[in-house]
Amino acid sequence: MAETFQVEIVTPERKVVIDNATEMQIPGKGGYLGILPGHAPLITELAVGEIGYRDEKGQVKRLAVAWGFAEVLPTKVTILAEVAERAEEIDVARAQRTREAAEAALKANKPDTDAGALESEIQRASNRIAVAEKLNGQMANLVP
Amino acid sequence: MANILDIRRRIRSVKNTRQITKAMQMVSAAKLRRAQERALAARPYAQMLTNVLKSLVSRAEIYDPQTGEAKHPLLLRREENNILFIVVTGDKGLAGAFNTNILKAAAKFIASKQGKNIDVIAVGRKGRDFMKRRYPYADTHATSRAGAIQIVGEQVGILNRVPFAKAREIAEQVIQLYTDQRVDSVYLVYNEFKSVIAQRLVVDEILPIEEIGASDVRMAEGMSEEDRKRAIEAAKHTGASVRAADTSEMDKKAAEFGASGSDYIYEQAPEELFGALLPKYMAVQLYRAMLESEAAEHAARMTAMDSATNNASDMIDSLTLVMNRARQAKITKEIIEIVSGAAAL
Repeated sequence: MAETFQVEIVTPERKVVIDNATEMQIPGKGGYLGILPGHAPLITELAVGEIGYRDEKGQVKRLAVAWGFAEVLPTKVTILAEVAERAEEIDVARAQRTREAAEAALKANKPDTDAGALESEIQRASNRIAVAEKLNGQMANLVP
Repeated sequence: MANILDIRRRIRSVKNTRQITKAMQMVSAAKLRRAQERALAARPYAQMLTNVLKSLVSRAEIYDPQTGEAKHPLLLRREENNILFIVVTGDKGLAGAFNTNILKAAAKFIASKQGKNIDVIAVGRKGRDFMKRRYPYADTHATSRAGAIQIVGEQVGILNRVPFAKAREIAEQVIQLYTDQRVDSVYLVYNEFKSVIAQRLVVDEILPIEEIGASDVRMAEGMSEEDRKRAIEAAKHTGASVRAADTSEMDKKAAEFGASGSDYIYEQAPEELFGALLPKYMAVQLYRAMLESEAAEHAARMTAMDSATNNASDMIDSLTLVMNRARQAKITKEIIEIVSGAAAL
């Protein structure tokens, strides 16, 4: 059996994931980070993006995150995320609606709209859609 | 002597009421359990975030080495002229003195800050209604205040399953007001809930942050002995647990987060991380307050409904006694009539 490390993903509402992984990829603020067992201790902020990891059985699991914070230790990765959803739990229709609504609001360009907030909303929704769509497709970034 | 038929009707009506209060009591107990579970589920995140912040304090230069003054605006203490006051109550009544107690504490707090400007954010319908009757809404476009005490925000109908996003929304508003220097301190009044028998009303100063992981309680009021007895009684009747959940294991694990002895590689500068994390910390604090308040509301309703059920039972007992007496009296009277009628023959 391959060497593994613990993965824990915690949101304010619940613990989303407690699992073991052989490799992992997280969206650091300065770009994606690949993590293998025995990684040097690291603390980083996460951007909006996708967390992917391969569990002991070799299956790839994906989650969409919006803002988070990760602590990497040689045997453990803990992620505090404000929002983390498993790919299979994402409601694509709702994400699409949110994106369309935000885009429409951005186009309307009323004086009191906050363009930055709307753009990040679009970004988050797009990210959720992208993660959900990858569920059945090929693994994108993880090395086989 | 009261009419037997009337008394019987009355008993039936009280019985119906008792059924309703009993049902509400059970529903509240179930909701209380769910609220407690949610509060428990929120704990690891809050604990871990607090730990990371604490360990960052020692690594990052949060305080200016020369003056000892905090560099981050959320840690800076200014002279207190404008106050933001967040009142967390329930959305619904029939919860005994739950809302009244919070609003009493709120009124006491406002009275204690006489001469200062107070902006109020009301969370929960009961608190909103209370504030609305007394103070004007702030006009967002006007530069002058609507009054020394004004309402700047309200959140109604979110308290059954508070989403974290709402807490973040309020936190963002609060931080905005604070960093714009429109308010100099932020207080939060809510009902703290550890377990059914360990609750207190607190006024907590959440901004500026004095020490991470510690709350600056400015006013606190514990449960009275009588309330506690009633709560224990109610919990017994509904099968709810009176003890707080055991979190020591969970806390121990959370304490390891971000605090291992090894030197971390920081992807961002510690100062920057600290700045990004502080607002999240605020949101978590608000979220916890709302979850605890929600649990406390259900507990209060459960207790109130338990008393109501007991009172209904007592009433049925005494009414049944009166009814039986009346019936007996009627029978006796009839017998006397028959006997005296027979004697007259």
